[in-house]
Amino acid sequence: MSLSRHVDPDSIIDSLKGMHMSEAGQKHVHTHGGTHHITPYSTRYASEQEISKFKIPEKGAPADAVHQMLKDELDLDGRPNLNLASFVGTYMETHAEQLMFENISKNMSDADEYPAMMQMHSRCVSIIANMWGAQNGEKAIGSATTGSSEAIHLGGLAMKRRWQEKRDREGKDKSKPNIIMGSNAQVALEKFARYFEVEARILPVSEKSRFRLDPELVKKNIDENTIGIFVILGSTYTGHYEPVAEISKILDEYEEKTGVDIPIHVDAASGGFIAPFTHSGAGGPKWDFELPRVKSINVSGHKFGLVYAGVGWIIWRDESYLPKHLIFELHYLGGTEESYTLNFSRPGAQIIAQYFNLIHLGFSGYRSIMENCLSNARLLSKSLEATGWYICVSDVHRKKGVFKFNKDDPVFSKKDETSADYNEGLPVVAFRFSDEFKKELPHLKQETMSNLLRAKQYIIPNYPLPPNEEKIEILRVVVRESMSFDLLDRLITDICQVTQGLIESDSQDLSLLNGSKDSSMEKHVTKGTRHSKGQGKGGNKPMSEGVHRTVC
Amino acid sequence: MNVSGNDDTFTTTVYGSRFAAQDLPKYEMPECEMPKEVAYRMIKDDLSLDGNPMLNLASFVTTYMEKEVEDLMTESFSKNFIDYEEYPQSADIQNRCVSMIGRLFNAPTDASDAQAVGTSTVGSSEAIMLGVLAMKKRWQNKRKAEGKDWSKPNIVMSSAVQVCWEKAARYFEVEEKYVDCTPKRFVIDPEETVALVDENTIGICVILGTTYTGEYEDAKAVNDLLIKKNIDTVIHIDAASGGFVAPFVVPELEWDFRLEKVVSINASGHKYGLVYPGVGWVVWREPEYLPKELVFNINYLGADQASFTLNFSKGASQVIGQYYQLIRLGKHGYRSIMTNLTRTADYLSQSLEQLGFIIMSQTGGQGLPLVAFRIDEKMGKHYDEFALAHQLRGRSWVVPAYTMAPKTNDLKMLRVVVREDFSKSRCDQLLADIKLCVSALDDMDKEAIKKNKQYIKSHVSHSSRATHGHDNYKNEKHSLQGKTGKTHAIC
Repeated sequence: MSLSRHVDPDSIIDSLKGMHMSEAGQKHVHTHGGTHHITPYSTRYASEQEISKFKIPEKGAPADAVHQMLKDELDLDGRPNLNLASFVGTYMETHAEQLMFENISKNMSDADEYPAMMQMHSRCVSIIANMWGAQNGEKAIGSATTGSSEAIHLGGLAMKRRWQEKRDREGKDKSKPNIIMGSNAQVALEKFARYFEVEARILPVSEKSRFRLDPELVKKNIDENTIGIFVILGSTYTGHYEPVAEISKILDEYEEKTGVDIPIHVDAASGGFIAPFTHSGAGGPKWDFELPRVKSINVSGHKFGLVYAGVGWIIWRDESYLPKHLIFELHYLGGTEESYTLNFSRPGAQIIAQYFNLIHLGFSGYRSIMENCLSNARLLSKSLEATGWYICVSDVHRKKGVFKFNKDDPVFSKKDETSADYNEGLPVVAFRFSDEFKKELPHLKQETMSNLLRAKQYIIPNYPLPPNEEKIEILRVVVRESMSFDLLDRLITDICQVTQGLIESDSQDLSLLNGSKDSSMEKHVTKGTRHSKGQGKGGNKPMSEGVHRTVC
Repeated sequence: MNVSGNDDTFTTTVYGSRFAAQDLPKYEMPECEMPKEVAYRMIKDDLSLDGNPMLNLASFVTTYMEKEVEDLMTESFSKNFIDYEEYPQSADIQNRCVSMIGRLFNAPTDASDAQAVGTSTVGSSEAIMLGVLAMKKRWQNKRKAEGKDWSKPNIVMSSAVQVCWEKAARYFEVEEKYVDCTPKRFVIDPEETVALVDENTIGICVILGTTYTGEYEDAKAVNDLLIKKNIDTVIHIDAASGGFVAPFVVPELEWDFRLEKVVSINASGHKYGLVYPGVGWVVWREPEYLPKELVFNINYLGADQASFTLNFSKGASQVIGQYYQLIRLGKHGYRSIMTNLTRTADYLSQSLEQLGFIIMSQTGGQGLPLVAFRIDEKMGKHYDEFALAHQLRGRSWVVPAYTMAPKTNDLKMLRVVVREDFSKSRCDQLLADIKLCVSALDDMDKEAIKKNKQYIKSHVSHSSRATHGHDNYKNEKHSLQGKTGKTHAIC
């Protein structure tokens, strides 16, 4: 037992009192900070002064006041759950939230300090690689990223470098690489081409190809300078899966003929966590590492991986497909870390949450959630088509192999049906006014629907399909896990009500409606794009050579 | 024996369930679900093996934020930052931060058409990649317009740069030209730097606060030389750590947009910007320096969003956290914190000097609040800095040892980063432990030191227990580290 001295508390209190009084009397420096307040609304920010917007204020303010002011201001943001435009997860269980909160200050790049977190990272990579059919004898390798964009940049860069190395070995010109993708591609794919100086061959999509990459066009556009093909598992426009197996076969034939080996990168941002679980699979026989030509796959953990924004994954089927030249080795105190990312320090909480979901839900948990989403998407689609006002461009609600609307199909499905009875795809409902509706009421604009639903708090965007098909505008609803049956019921009722109202309103009202736009958005846009004069402006016109894009 | 079965999910505590007696699924997804309380507890227990961030003196990354802002950030977890349409307020907050930070860096605001542009990023790495990309594209456009060859870009930087500069150069195919350090000088030499510039140089990187010794490189001298010699190139300032320190501690130091050749600056919000990891900033002086073809307009609900980032969807929490800190603390608050840190760092330097160490970092606010020190050769110690670092590990302090940048005679050093939560009293504890470790090492003979190092490596140091290496990529020879043995300081 250690010795302790007796302490006379009275003498300490006395000396403290003396000290505190004199200190406080002379050096109370924070009066301007406004520490004297009862509630946040009694500080200077409540009425006297605006929150500083463009300059750091000279003096600070108390924590609770700033917290309250910012919280109030953020009330102007939309409600994540009613944002039907986005794929990004808006619901997590409290336990997962708790874990994220506890680990919010952990830095993903500090392997030395957070070894347990790094273990979880490698477990996630392994679990996901297994889920995508990693082959025996090959060493799958991968990494967490901030999202699918970073993952796509990394996947594309590895393809480019492999192609350059191959051309070097063959002693051929390596100055004109190109990459192939459909015009339904997300902006990140095109960004990759621009930033890393690869010619983007963007192939138009059509109704015939069901708004997906057209295998016939792929045949015509590949050559020895093609570094690879981005195949999208789950188009963000209509939710269709692109035919990975079919394209792989075309490339096999091409290699047989010319000896040129072109790899595939599957952008499974949304579909990577759906296709492995659902009964319908990916439609085709295979889409993942079971196809030897698929060298790398990316997925967003924050979409159907069911985590909050900030995590994506990329996996290569074998480490030989990741050129050594791109990897940096970092030595830490006694440890070594290989790194191939575009970001360095970044939060690790999302990775922990991903691991939580993987082991908490398990295969059957993910399966039941995805089946629920698809079933709800089917119900929504069928109800919309049953009104006669709308027709769906997406096909997940049609019986397998059927791609046309049939009036006699029942709205409610049979009890034991699964997604296997229907066409494969993302739980996305893309719909538009039916042809009869347009013929009868040609003056009604689809965009008005989007604006009117906004007044009911729903965000359902209206935008044109990719170039070549941009005459067709669609409204799109992403059915996420949090879109429960009850909410769906409300949504269908509200859409019907709003449409009814629209039909009955006269043209005077309509012109007023279309004139007014969300002002906060206007304001933001002018600020945000101020510096990009000369870039394509204006909603519906295609950019000079670009692609219409969606948020996802 | 009655073993807890498959069907009974748990009725006792988490540790009475069958999951407590099983391995956590590691390599393949489990077939069935696991109750959320169990999953939570198991993961939490697993994570208890992680180090204590407070005692990690290796990292610049923030480990303390106030309760109120933590609440704000948690509430915003589910917001996707890129979704401007849905979360206009969060997007607006980013613009305000850019504008505040631009002004903090003295972006020109007086002219009516002056408009600095910038964006938030995930961290300084992304910011630097964007900066390099913009410089490269601008140089290419210029060369194309002049009808000259544009296939061999290069960039001039110090050999003490953070690894992401090497990455950026490698990934975007720009040749790296290094200004070497010497055993006496750990920053760039302005004359030498400018001499390396040629017509293919896309720009110069100047570091405000190197990660090794925390010194500020002389941006003004480089700027003045460029003007004097009439050389047409630009400067990017890597102010990852110094961007939120220098303006408050040494406001008179000219390193930012006050210098006319400086066109872009990056800073990490999650270092001395005092936000949890996941936010960085990059600001350009004029839209002219951000070539249009790099900015993508995203059409969404009839509204155009301009986007120049490598990441797309990401959490909004950190940007909100940054805005909170900026207005909560104000210049006065940041100044008090930064001067406190500088004072603590000075105190630590002096005490270490008295213990016989050689101090390599600057004091009195002339550098970042960090202390880089090494053992004096004259003392004739039979152990090196790495041994001392290992010894401190045994007392749970993470004080990393590094080998300096190339051409410094393999100089070794120890580094302590003084962060917001490193108070004077903790500093005293650290000093006491350093004294203890030094005397313990003094008493050991060479053999014992070797054994001791082995022991700490296999029992205390975390990283030797964790294996995340791949044989295929072991011992790469292409980076500065592979070629020269320089170890990268973590940041």
